[in-house]
Amino acid sequence: MASRPGAAGRPGGRFAQFKLVLLGESAVGKSSLVLRFVKDQFDDYRESTIGAAFLTQTISLDENTTVKFEIWDTAGQERYKSLAPMYYRNANCAVVVYDITQASSLDKAKSWVKELQRQANENIIIALAGNKSDMVADSPDKRAIETADAEAYAREAGLLFFETSAKTSTNVKELFTAIARKLPLDQAGPRMRQNLRPGVDLRPETSNTQGAGPCSC
Amino acid sequence: MPRLANDGDDHNTQAHSSPSTPQSPETTIERSKLEVPRPPLPPRPTNLSTLRSRPSTSYQEHGSKDGLLSGTTTAVTTTDVNTYTTNDGSRKLHTSIGSRSPSSSTLKRGVIGSPRLSDTGDSSSLRSYVPQLETREEVSSLFGDHITEEDDEGNSRPSQDVFSSQFEADAIDIDFDKEFDSIPEVDEDGNNEELAHSLWRSKSKHFMILSAAGKPIYTRHGSDAVISGYIGIIQTIISFYQSSGTSLRSFSSAGARFVILSQANLFLVAISRILESDSQLRLQLEALYMQILSTLTLPNLTHIFSVRPSSDLRRPLQGTEVLLSSLADSFTRGSPSTLLSALESLKLRKSHRDIINNTLLKSRVDELLYGLIVAGGRLVSVVRPKKHSLHPGDLQLIFNMLFEAEGVKAGGGESWIPLCLPGFNPKGYLYMFVSFLSLKNNNIRQAAAEEEIPKEDAVAIILISANKESFESMRSVKNYLVHELGRSRSLATIQNAIQAGRPLPTDIIPGTVLRHFLFKSKANVQFFMPSFTSYETPRLRRRLLSVYHELHASVHTKHASVKVHHSVSASHAALAWVTPMFELYCVAGPSTGRNALAHSANKVVQWVQKEEERIFLIGGAVF
Ligand SMILES: Nc1nc2c(ncn2[C@@H]2O[C@H](COP(=O)(O)OP(=O)(O)OP(=O)(O)O)[C@@H](O)[C@H]2O)c(=O)[nH]1
Ligand SMILES: [Mg+2]
Repeated sequence: MASRPGAAGRPGGRFAQFKLVLLGESAVGKSSLVLRFVKDQFDDYRESTIGAAFLTQTISLDENTTVKFEIWDTAGQERYKSLAPMYYRNANCAVVVYDITQASSLDKAKSWVKELQRQANENIIIALAGNKSDMVADSPDKRAIETADAEAYAREAGLLFFETSAKTSTNVKELFTAIARKLPLDQAGPRMRQNLRPGVDLRPETSNTQGAGPCSC
Repeated sequence: MPRLANDGDDHNTQAHSSPSTPQSPETTIERSKLEVPRPPLPPRPTNLSTLRSRPSTSYQEHGSKDGLLSGTTTAVTTTDVNTYTTNDGSRKLHTSIGSRSPSSSTLKRGVIGSPRLSDTGDSSSLRSYVPQLETREEVSSLFGDHITEEDDEGNSRPSQDVFSSQFEADAIDIDFDKEFDSIPEVDEDGNNEELAHSLWRSKSKHFMILSAAGKPIYTRHGSDAVISGYIGIIQTIISFYQSSGTSLRSFSSAGARFVILSQANLFLVAISRILESDSQLRLQLEALYMQILSTLTLPNLTHIFSVRPSSDLRRPLQGTEVLLSSLADSFTRGSPSTLLSALESLKLRKSHRDIINNTLLKSRVDELLYGLIVAGGRLVSVVRPKKHSLHPGDLQLIFNMLFEAEGVKAGGGESWIPLCLPGFNPKGYLYMFVSFLSLKNNNIRQAAAEEEIPKEDAVAIILISANKESFESMRSVKNYLVHELGRSRSLATIQNAIQAGRPLPTDIIPGTVLRHFLFKSKANVQFFMPSFTSYETPRLRRRLLSVYHELHASVHTKHASVKVHHSVSASHAALAWVTPMFELYCVAGPSTGRNALAHSANKVVQWVQKEEERIFLIGGAVF
């Protein structure tokens, strides 16, 4: 990309880059959450994702800590299921999304969590997001999954947990910030850049300083 | 005295017969190398709840209702049903796609830059036009001979052709304000059933897909409750003919033409009130079928039905209804690309295109199969291996996905999409990297999502690989391309070409009587057209396209190497001219005389000859 954001923030600041994958049943709002987070946008009608979309977003945790997410927004349709390992294999963190108005979507989320815990990086940070919280604000009877139930499950499984709304922005920034805070930032030394290549883990000894400037290819 | 050129010159005819030689280039593909393992089959539908949470162009689950449409069957009589006998029911893709109608065989045979053509280099194709035009003064005016045929043109048409009168193209009008509106669901107590049905019947065009077992798979309009009756009738009729060893291809009923494309496990049905020939409608159905194959691959499709003939294909196709619908709607609006089975290129100076081609060549990595730069559905440049050609039908699917449907463009990032390109290989998946660029203010960067990119302005870099793990390497190819094309100011050149738009007919031929034309170069499988300026509204544009459809159907019923067809109506005078090298369709005002039309047609051909290397992508970057 010709215009990557200036990477390291201020001199002496910490910079880390992490791969994040979104998983969950179709239509729960994965793309909507990502677009809210990355572009602060929302569409009432969004077409189902075809394949997978790759986006990046950089956030500042504090004055001198910058975290860049490389985000894989996967397609929830069943026919893409076999491709999922390709996206979570090298992920540092995952957001597993369900729709609080659709009971079956939490079951699907749980099976993704299981798969991640079995197959993904051992240290992967997983967040569970119950999306579309705006829909129960006016009509509580639309809720199909109680907050307490999902929360209990999340605690048991060791997941971060948020009820979000891509539509109203509720908890979207908070979700990604909480993930960033849980990531092993302290391991990333000053101006340390994470490796862009897949398959290399995030130890500070990684001496790959592949530039993020124009044409790093 | 203006005359059309004669291409009776044997030398030329020979030189240009290559695209139609039966030995099509794709037969040389080493498929085994590119075949990728099949993904596991989609699971059985367990619940359809997710369907409900999305405003759907497709179905809701509803019980089917009987006896809704008792009137429809009576209108179908055997007298206007055309049948043909099949030798066996299990046709293979190779024979089922593009092998039945004359126009669809171009789809199969015509490939962008077949190895043979690219070997001959950029300029050969240009030069080969020259003898034709040089000799045209010496040959007798074929146009004069052909033009007399217009008087009995109606007789030369096959009976199933819907164009029974030369004035009919004027009579069609689609109400585009309503044609694409969705039909309300039939509610529980069926109160609005009548309304739903009358709305359904008011549509000018329908596309439906059902399984051989009669399960609905897709409909452009209406929910299950509305269409189940129609589906039932259609399936009954089809199986009636099948049981007697014939296959129903088309029939007319209640002022609409029904065309059926039978595939091993699927029936695709088009119902059209606008005048299109059977072969044109069949081509549209084939495109829908290719879209299904593109999602599933042929072996997967076959497997699903061999495991369980009553499988519900909607589940594995879920989310691709929008792609089928955007294809269907482009056919309803009228698509020159589909009509001609050809692609359009962005007009660029040859020197500029050469720079872009060379950059694409330099960017290449081993995993790259095809690379394309496409501006609003128009080709800018293509890089491809010598032995693999690109099929217009495959590119049509890609362009539909990227430029007509919203999903990928609105995704706001880069995409990595598994897809099958059935013309290339119906058996396996390829992986497509897509990145949209924003070229505004010559400030090259990746498109930010807050900017709406108008369809015509969207520029995409498309990189196709057979390796599903090659996203990172495709992405670095893209980074290199963006960097290099920015440095050579090629992106600015592309942007300028987009902004300049298509020229007006009068820019091309000062003072011409032509309002519009389509020129297809057969060798390049590409077409050129001027801007639609005098056809701004969808309705006017559809009328124009209907004139082209009629010209196309009429001229293709003639059996000669050079064919000319002239038609006049209250709204236009039109001319079709087909030679082994090109097809030209011209439209002018109703009072335009033949000679004036012919004069302009000649001018168009001369202009194309001069501009060929700008308006067509010839050869491209081949490695
Ligand atoms: N009310 C409400 N609707 C939402 C919210 N998030 C998403 N939606 C809607 O839900 C539908 C599906 O959202 P997507 O973001 O496309 O869902 P997805 O999980 O990416 O779906 P796939 O790409 O098919 O896997 C869209 O019509 C969104 O507008 C939300 O927070 N509130
Ligand atoms: Mg999505």
